[in-house]
Amino acid sequence: MFKKIITMENNHLALRVKNLTVELNNQKIIEDLSFEVKKGETLVVLGPNGAGKTTLLRALLGIIPYKGEVIWSVKNTSYLPPNELMQRKEILPLTVEDFYSLKEIGKEKIFQSLKSVGLEESLFKKRIANLSTGQFQRLGIAWSLVDNPDTLLFDEPTSGIDIGGTETIYSLLHEFWEKQKLTIILVTHDLSVVWEHADNVICLNKTGLCYGTPSVALTTENLKQLYGVGVKYYKHKRDG
Amino acid sequence: MVDEKILLAILMTTSIGAVAGYLGTLMLSKRMSLVGGPLGHLTLPGITIALLYGFDVSIGAFIMLTLAIILIWLFEKRTKLPLETLTAIVFTSSVAVAFLYLPDEEVEQALIGDISQLTLITTTLSVLLSIAVFFLVKKIYKKMVFITFSEDIAKSEKINIDKYNLIYLIAVALVIGLGIRIVGSLLTAAIVAIPAATSRNLSINLKQYAYGGAIAGGLAGLLGIVIFQHFSISAGPAVIISSTGLFLFSTVFKRT
Repeated sequence: MFKKIITMENNHLALRVKNLTVELNNQKIIEDLSFEVKKGETLVVLGPNGAGKTTLLRALLGIIPYKGEVIWSVKNTSYLPPNELMQRKEILPLTVEDFYSLKEIGKEKIFQSLKSVGLEESLFKKRIANLSTGQFQRLGIAWSLVDNPDTLLFDEPTSGIDIGGTETIYSLLHEFWEKQKLTIILVTHDLSVVWEHADNVICLNKTGLCYGTPSVALTTENLKQLYGVGVKYYKHKRDG
Repeated sequence: MVDEKILLAILMTTSIGAVAGYLGTLMLSKRMSLVGGPLGHLTLPGITIALLYGFDVSIGAFIMLTLAIILIWLFEKRTKLPLETLTAIVFTSSVAVAFLYLPDEEVEQALIGDISQLTLITTTLSVLLSIAVFFLVKKIYKKMVFITFSEDIAKSEKINIDKYNLIYLIAVALVIGLGIRIVGSLLTAAIVAIPAATSRNLSINLKQYAYGGAIAGGLAGLLGIVIFQHFSISAGPAVIISSTGLFLFSTVFKRT
């Protein structure tokens, strides 16, 4: 059974997670995880492959069954799964216009949306399968933001694209975060993103191994415990 | 003057072909085109009973499809075996059981269809049911595309996936039940798969793709009956051969 997501009222918190446990095929994927996300905060979920990061986002969205409490206090969330849109862009002969029509969005709003991520209006009639990887990734972000969500859940939004493309995507996300006061929950492998953009970070490997601001949570010991090997520790300017 | 029987056949094959082609575009995107085959075979015991007791083959097919789907669902609950394995078990058993009772003289009709016994009432009912299924599919089309594209995003957007999948599966069962009227139980995969593939080759956006499937399916039905009339070959294979011809044409003029 899917558990109903409880909603909080009048709170500075966007999300409270208490004793979250997710079991799939009789195997515990996440065990007893608790954390909070404030409104306007960027929380990065960090962890090795198979740590349960994607499962965590899916549980938060109520897509899969779980035990424990997930309490949201937001109006509208938007979710971008890992690489999923990229893999499926050739399944159907969808144009950019068709892609937006899945969310029943009008032409004017589509043009604004494209412009907001630096894409030309002329792409409107273009098949999404014919867009470059970078263009498609931008489109994914624009598409997930088009119905004005206050909370974004992004799972590895830059996997499979080069360093330059990654920089652009995170800069765009940061821009939207600043402009629209978004709450962002972001799954990534990229430590530099944590230093650059995160207010808080969760180190996840089935259970929560560390949680807090990057400077508190990302100690050499914690990273070693998380990844099982020594990870080069480097700080970014934001951490001072 | 066009023969009345031929006119009825054209009306029926065109309408069933069109709705099968339209639904086929969704089935193609869900990688389910071949499912039309096993589902068609599942109807064989129903067709056999209908032929033995003299009632409409589509009614026999619908009853059998419903029973088979319930059976597969129950087996899945009990055994947790993959659905495709259970479908294979149920559909091959259905064919085997059907052949125990199917009279020799009815084999061809059961396997590749027969339009020689058409009446105004059965044609009218088939056309009306095809139109109803067309509008049903039209109503769920966008949401099904969304679900096909990403089930997780669709769920996060609060789209009731179970509801839409159920309506989609009912539409598939209805189209297969109608389709056996023209192509029998052996060739049902073709009426959903080929027009959709033709349309995929020629379309550059979603609207063209969806309605292109309907046009290719309807046109194959029309051409099939013309071939049936002029070359005296069975209507079912004639419809499929026409559809294959349209597909070959589309490979030459494929758009990117």
